[in-house]
Amino acid sequence: MANSIRIRAKASAGEATVKALITHPMETGLRKDKKTGDKIPAHYITEVKGEHNGKTVVVAQWGPAVSKNPYIAFVFAGAKPGDSVKLSWVDNQGKSDTAEAKIK
Amino acid sequence: MQRRSFLKGTLAGGTVAVAMGAGLLSPRQVLAAWPASAFNAKSVNDAMGGLFGTADNTPSNKIQIKAPDIAENGAVVPVSVTTSLAATSIAIVAEKNGQPLAANFELSGSAKGDVATRIKMGKTSDVIAVVKSGGKLFTARKNVKVTIGGCGG
Repeated sequence: MANSIRIRAKASAGEATVKALITHPMETGLRKDKKTGDKIPAHYITEVKGEHNGKTVVVAQWGPAVSKNPYIAFVFAGAKPGDSVKLSWVDNQGKSDTAEAKIK
Repeated sequence: MQRRSFLKGTLAGGTVAVAMGAGLLSPRQVLAAWPASAFNAKSVNDAMGGLFGTADNTPSNKIQIKAPDIAENGAVVPVSVTTSLAATSIAIVAEKNGQPLAANFELSGSAKGDVATRIKMGKTSDVIAVVKSGGKLFTARKNVKVTIGGCGG
């Protein structure tokens, strides 16, 4: 699952705001397929990690109640333009993806 | 559809009736392990207990929740939480969801108490932000009216 993450990071006054959109179905496991009546298996992101220059700043633990194609935003201090921000996620089916961006 | 919510504020100062989590003092999960017991919990107190080891909390006015007064689509409710407390983690809980805990953000090092995401809400309920600061839990809540629930299919 490449390119599932769109990430933007912007610094102002030493604080960076990171905003990201992840493409993911976030199935709760409670919905049923309308045609067959079978339950759609749960498929959701359990963990999202945000790193600043290789140092972890945020670890988000998510349940199925996070919306489809999730949005995440967080803020951290000590940032300057050109620093690297990395975001990675893991879901309950063991899939994962990572994206990196430079702070503007 | 533009309607003003007159509910805003009326619930802001609502006291949180907390059943003291006696016996809920399960050992805190190792960091980075996904707290299944908290996410599977059916009540807000159990979710807090599973996540933080206690449901004992104090309402705080230093936490701001930004969420719509009326969410027309419960499948996508933008929620952002900011706090001036020195937060080590921020959890977002939708009180009346079958499994109330939606997300928990563990903040480390230089991270600020300012996070946002979008959650699903089954029906009209309070969104509770639980902020852990200095080993204690602080909460704030905001009512969100849901016109169409976002948990069904």
